[in-house]
Amino acid sequence: MFFNRTLATLLASAVIASPVFASTIKIGEVGSMSGSEATFGVSTHEGISLAIKEQNAKGGIKGKKIELISLDNQGKPEEAAIATTKLVTQDKVTAVLGEVASSRSLAMAPIAQQNKVPMISPSSTNPKVTEVGDYIFRVCFIDPFQGKVMAKFASDELKAKKVAILRDVKSDYSVGLSNFFTEAFKKSGGEIVVDQSYSSGEVDFNSQLTSIRAKKPDAIFVPGYYTEVGLIAKQARKLGIKVPLLGGDGWDSEKLYEIGGKSLNNSYFSNHYSQEDQSASVQNFIKSYKTAYKKTPDGLAAMGYDAAQVLFAAMDKTKSMSAGEIRDALAKTKDFQAVTGRITIDEKRNASKPAVVLEVKDGKFLYKSTVNP
Amino acid sequence: MAEFIQYLINGLSQGGTYALIALGYTMVFGILQLINFAHGEVYMLGAFSGLYTSKLAGPQLSAFFNKIFNGAADQMSTPAAICTAIVIIMVAMVVCALVGFCVERLAYRPLRSSPRINLLITAVGVSLFFQYSGQIIFGSDPKAYPDLFENLESWTFGSDENLLVINPLQVFVFVTAIVLMLILRHIIFHTRLGRAMRAVSFNHDLASLMGIPTDRVIAATFMLGSALAGAAGVMVGMTYPKVEPLMGSLPGLKAFCAAVLGGIGNVTGAVLGSFILGLAEALLSGYGTPTYKDALAFAILIFILLIKPSGLLGVHRTEKV
Repeated sequence: MFFNRTLATLLASAVIASPVFASTIKIGEVGSMSGSEATFGVSTHEGISLAIKEQNAKGGIKGKKIELISLDNQGKPEEAAIATTKLVTQDKVTAVLGEVASSRSLAMAPIAQQNKVPMISPSSTNPKVTEVGDYIFRVCFIDPFQGKVMAKFASDELKAKKVAILRDVKSDYSVGLSNFFTEAFKKSGGEIVVDQSYSSGEVDFNSQLTSIRAKKPDAIFVPGYYTEVGLIAKQARKLGIKVPLLGGDGWDSEKLYEIGGKSLNNSYFSNHYSQEDQSASVQNFIKSYKTAYKKTPDGLAAMGYDAAQVLFAAMDKTKSMSAGEIRDALAKTKDFQAVTGRITIDEKRNASKPAVVLEVKDGKFLYKSTVNP
Repeated sequence: MAEFIQYLINGLSQGGTYALIALGYTMVFGILQLINFAHGEVYMLGAFSGLYTSKLAGPQLSAFFNKIFNGAADQMSTPAAICTAIVIIMVAMVVCALVGFCVERLAYRPLRSSPRINLLITAVGVSLFFQYSGQIIFGSDPKAYPDLFENLESWTFGSDENLLVINPLQVFVFVTAIVLMLILRHIIFHTRLGRAMRAVSFNHDLASLMGIPTDRVIAATFMLGSALAGAAGVMVGMTYPKVEPLMGSLPGLKAFCAAVLGGIGNVTGAVLGSFILGLAEALLSGYGTPTYKDALAFAILIFILLIKPSGLLGVHRTEKV
């Protein structure tokens, strides 16, 4: 028995070391390809796939083609954990890309960390994600910054003094972002008049909105995901609430407008990039994405593309492409020119980069301003 | 004060949808003593059949009704929108009645003589079957409902401090729930079918000895209950324009709690229980913590089972041994 186990360990370590000799580089992806936040996973997947296609067309990395193994987690943290375990232990992937939602990244990160497989989250903004360990990275900004951006926008641009908050208590992302917004908004002299909550999956928000309406805020901060935000906007307008709604990158989906419709006019959210950005890197990306998928990429598609690019650049810098080397190379990423801006990974393995504020108008996301960290 | 009344209105419209689902639970329980856990999924299927009907035939339907009401085919008027909605609801009710019939015929009837626990487990199985095949067929991402009532203005009373806004859809849901309950009461207490249903509910074997076609009566009960759930599905889709294959499980469970609260097996009780639950949820989210909203239904369930297990309007039945 003991002998068997030693043998097994030996075999296992041989397999782990094998990417060096393998003909392809396996990269794992976990995303919500189905479930209530399906556009998050699908967009990210398309961004990653595009990056891989382009890299392979250029000859891959060090002469090896990249192979993507993507698994669906149906939008559930427990499924995300199972998928990560499978990628790491069975498929022996070199690195893991994912997830969009912070709750699901938090379920994946401990597994990647334990097995010492580098993981890059394209767009989980909750600070706790990379705090899990030194193998966990992200290529997006974090919520303390995002909260500050929206607080600044509310007080400077909208001249709001009183803001109401409607947070999703089931989501680490929404709770975190609400807290950081509150902190920043109070610091700038504003007042949070009411802090209401809901749980994702609910459809009726009339009661929460009625209690918010009674407090007469100048704006309402709703840092949820697009599925609920669309309904919230609709019900808010029906209840006679006319003030702007504010949110974060969780709003970024074409479905937002499909559900919320015109009720979303006069709403603003912070995001990773704007399609209206005229810089060459953005426009080139939009062009190749449109050729590949016949639609305009949302922010999460761009983040997926960037996460993959950052990973390839780091892999290219290593000698043997071992997990430790990739980790070190990722940590040294500096001024990497990506679609969503220059990416520098800081000592906490977060990316520091600018955010944009977008206005929702008749189904389009119009560029309002850029805020630098 | 206006705020309080607003909560009451929100609660009543929410209660209306619970009521339509709870009626189906209560009817099936009254007849078979079976908790049909697949009922929430029938509600989901109702929402989806409404969605596809309005996607496929919605524009033609509303153009047709517009022509009748104001001569022009391109102007959406309120009566035309309501007529379109009623047609869509009726289509969904027919689809769901068929689904209810099939479920009873294929899943429950073969088990009629087996212990009740087998039926209960089958019900859970049917429920999961619909949830997951729904995800395969419809896709599991949420679908947006086409907005028939886009131009419908809310009714506003008072202003500023005492603003009261009533969404006509909320009233529509509430009124439909009451009307359908009255029709159901009429069927149960004033028709031959209703008398047969009551007889089967009273004693299954004795009823069949009296020449009542029990199988047909049970099938009719399932179809009626499922049709009501289908109507609820469409109305929820119209009020909250987001439908997904898993949307039925939680409202289904809550409606079940409401039915138990009112006295399971009792039609008026199911409606009463649903309105109480709707109001309680609205008031809790308004004045307390909305986080506990979903827990409330189950807290009420436990409470009522401890205090008065037969429910508010239920009559205590002695268990035959």
